[in-house]
Amino acid sequence: METTKEVIVKTEPFVVNIGPVHPSTHGVFRMKTTLDGEVVVDMEPVFGYLHRGIEKLAEERTYTGCIPLTDRLDYLASMSNNLAYCLAVEKLAGVAVPERAEYIRVIMAELQRIASHLVAVGAFLNDCGAFMTPILYMLRERERILDLFDMVCGQRLTYNYMRVGGVSQDIPEEFIPRPEKIS
Amino acid sequence: MEIDEVYPGGELDKLEGEQINSLIAQSQQPIPDPDEWLDEELKRNILLTSVDAILDWGRRSSLWPVFCFPACCAFEFMTTAASRFDISRFGMEIVRASPRQADLMITAGTLTWKMAPQVKRIYDQMAEPKWVLAMGACAISGGIFRSSYSVVPGYNRIIPVDVYVPGCPPRPEALLYGISMLHKKIAKMSIAPKGK
Amino acid sequence: MTVALSGKEIAARLEKQFPGGIVESGADSLLVKAESLLEIASYLKSTRGLDLDYLTAITAVDFLDYFEVDYLLTSLKHNHCLLVKSRCYDRDNPTLPSVVSLWRGADFQEREIYDLMGISFEGHPNLKRIVLWEGFEGHPLRKDFL
Repeated sequence: METTKEVIVKTEPFVVNIGPVHPSTHGVFRMKTTLDGEVVVDMEPVFGYLHRGIEKLAEERTYTGCIPLTDRLDYLASMSNNLAYCLAVEKLAGVAVPERAEYIRVIMAELQRIASHLVAVGAFLNDCGAFMTPILYMLRERERILDLFDMVCGQRLTYNYMRVGGVSQDIPEEFIPRPEKIS
Repeated sequence: MEIDEVYPGGELDKLEGEQINSLIAQSQQPIPDPDEWLDEELKRNILLTSVDAILDWGRRSSLWPVFCFPACCAFEFMTTAASRFDISRFGMEIVRASPRQADLMITAGTLTWKMAPQVKRIYDQMAEPKWVLAMGACAISGGIFRSSYSVVPGYNRIIPVDVYVPGCPPRPEALLYGISMLHKKIAKMSIAPKGK
Repeated sequence: MTVALSGKEIAARLEKQFPGGIVESGADSLLVKAESLLEIASYLKSTRGLDLDYLTAITAVDFLDYFEVDYLLTSLKHNHCLLVKSRCYDRDNPTLPSVVSLWRGADFQEREIYDLMGISFEGHPNLKRIVLWEGFEGHPLRKDFL
């Protein structure tokens, strides 16, 4: 068995800008990487390409008026963002929530979590190499959950459903047997 | 060569900041929409009409979008491209990463001034003929973030827009309707020079 | 659940070592003078029994007379947390010592506070704007901006 001779190619570190628009950076995120061959030696992240000034806009609005702004922070999990904001305001103001509303909130938050994780798993497998198959399967399952949200509040992505002290409207009768059939 | 040796002392940041400030200064008025050919009378000769018809059919039947997805409307675009509302039936499922190979820019998301020079660069790199579809309220006029200090009030400040699709985010059915309006608009294009 | 430590007890412990450093202490927070912030923070991090080795968040608030910077510290070992506040009364050029040497997570958060509020941190290795672009005039989250 002959031994292969290692030829060491001398490489110099090289600065590559993986810019804000790139197919694998989900969303806009820029990385100034210093590469030595294929090894990343140094990296400086640059962000702020989607800084919309939500904190400043919230200064001009009422407590209920800030809820649509919180939807757009993490737009894959809008119910959870709304819920976190409403819980914080309720704790500060000492507002009690009726029991039915608490149950509805938890059901919505859990369904939202499943929907968000479906996208996460699909996108992750997409990046691992399987080009489009996993994300198409996951988005198909997510459509069923989005149908439920459509039935409850009329929107598919940014819901504006939670309010300080409960939810904005009651769930319709057709909704009740549906979540069990999702799986 | 570390990053600091190539661009010492934050020089690159200052250059980019100046670029953004100059873009703000020159984008105070919206760019008018390119639709002057829509109302022209059809004064073309017969040969060009059939050539136009074939070219327009070719161009509108397989528009390839370019990859530029800042924010939440991106997910409605992805669900439009996915299994339930299939965009592949229009020939558009190939989202090209390189702008040289694309001819439609679907602007899905809020544009901030920091991101604006990059979007303009991608638009400039696209080859003619190219179209822009403004998707969502943030793309039309800044949407819910219009009075913010760092949001561009609508994409038509920096690039000319052909079709506007309202909604926050627009439903996939609305986006498909917008795409079919763009098809109708392309069907009226002509390769003859614009009259006068 | 993470237990919030009582500010009064911690103040009583710290009074002996850093006389005059603590301004006031409430039920769940501790107000500290800007000059003694770094010493008190390193004491809180390294004492056995307190071990506040994880910086959860730093935020800043603009009351019009002064700026207040809040440090929310957590201990991973004992599962308790403490809120430490510090004020700057200077409106034109507020400065505070940086805690990056103690907790590396403070790096980006202090840059964000510098960017949006204008408070500089001495000792920060890379203090420049992070979410807005270089050349933006003003600091947006101040109450007198716009």
